[in-house]
Amino acid sequence: MAKVLVVTSGKGGVGKTTSTAALGAALAQAGQKVVVVDFDVGLRNLGLIIGAERRGVYDLINGVQGDTKLSQALIRDKRIETLHLLPASQTRDKDALTSEGVARVMEELREKFDWVICDSPAGIERGAQLAMYHADTAVVVTNPEISSVRDSDRIIGLLDSKTERAEKGERVDKHLLLTRYDPARAKRGEMLKTEDILEILSIPLLGIIPESQDVLRASNLGSPVTLADPTSAPARAYTDAVRRLMGEKLAMSIPGDKKGLFGKLFGRRVA
Amino acid sequence: MNLFNFLNRRTSAPVARERLQILLAHERVSGNHSQLVAVLQEEILAVIAKHMQIDRDKVVVKLDRGDDVSTLAIDIEMPPQPQSQARPELSL
Repeated sequence: MAKVLVVTSGKGGVGKTTSTAALGAALAQAGQKVVVVDFDVGLRNLGLIIGAERRGVYDLINGVQGDTKLSQALIRDKRIETLHLLPASQTRDKDALTSEGVARVMEELREKFDWVICDSPAGIERGAQLAMYHADTAVVVTNPEISSVRDSDRIIGLLDSKTERAEKGERVDKHLLLTRYDPARAKRGEMLKTEDILEILSIPLLGIIPESQDVLRASNLGSPVTLADPTSAPARAYTDAVRRLMGEKLAMSIPGDKKGLFGKLFGRRVA
Repeated sequence: MNLFNFLNRRTSAPVARERLQILLAHERVSGNHSQLVAVLQEEILAVIAKHMQIDRDKVVVKLDRGDDVSTLAIDIEMPPQPQSQARPELSL
């Protein structure tokens, strides 16, 4: 039974696209058939993060308008066979995304894949609402920062009222993914703690992705962080999050960077 | 920088937490209200529409929440009564 998952946040720049790529790749690495769908029409950064920016002729809007077969618009990843990308259009007007067209595309993707992961645009307007409408599950990406937490609260409100499930009187499964977290700063009282954010938003925690240089390195290379460096702290955190998504019960931990003695002594100064 | 400033600078997270809690408590309530008002407006319109034709913007629902007193104001502007309907009532 296919699952539609939306990666959303309200606020921009908190790591939706990075997380979509990493979660999608980690699910595919676990053998699941995955498509990541870029709903950010006009910006389409998901392809860039995944490293497929110059591939593919057709996109989500062609699929929505029925100009082409959906299978022609899907780009299969060169590294993981079961990972696919449905890119957003660069040039088309975002009003070209109609709710009927999106519904048709989602239905078809549900038949073809185990996971349909929708990368939401920032904001709480139409684009974000279209991306979340068909979701069974939502990953709310939040930074330990007040404006991000507040926007997540708004998005949670929308997930509870403006989705197909909400309209049918059902619930979207909501999960919190805390990104760019710095446990040392949180401990010193310089950053909101995990418990504070969980208490405020009151949705279950899917994972804590530590602030890490490996994330930028992976996006520089055009590779999801779980592929670029599977043993890095953020990759392990994303992999754990994916195992939780698949129903495993795992104790929550914040993976740390593995540092040798040299790194421990000099690592901070270099950074 | 004196010692007090130094210590204060270190623990900004509790301030963030408190500000968020106050703000969200407020925003969540007002968010629910605007929805309640919209639902009320629709249902009142539906009831009136059963008995007479009415303009959508002639029904105004306003909810004011104060600390001591809250008011719900419903303002319905009636359509002008046609003469033909008024006569049978007079003859009764």
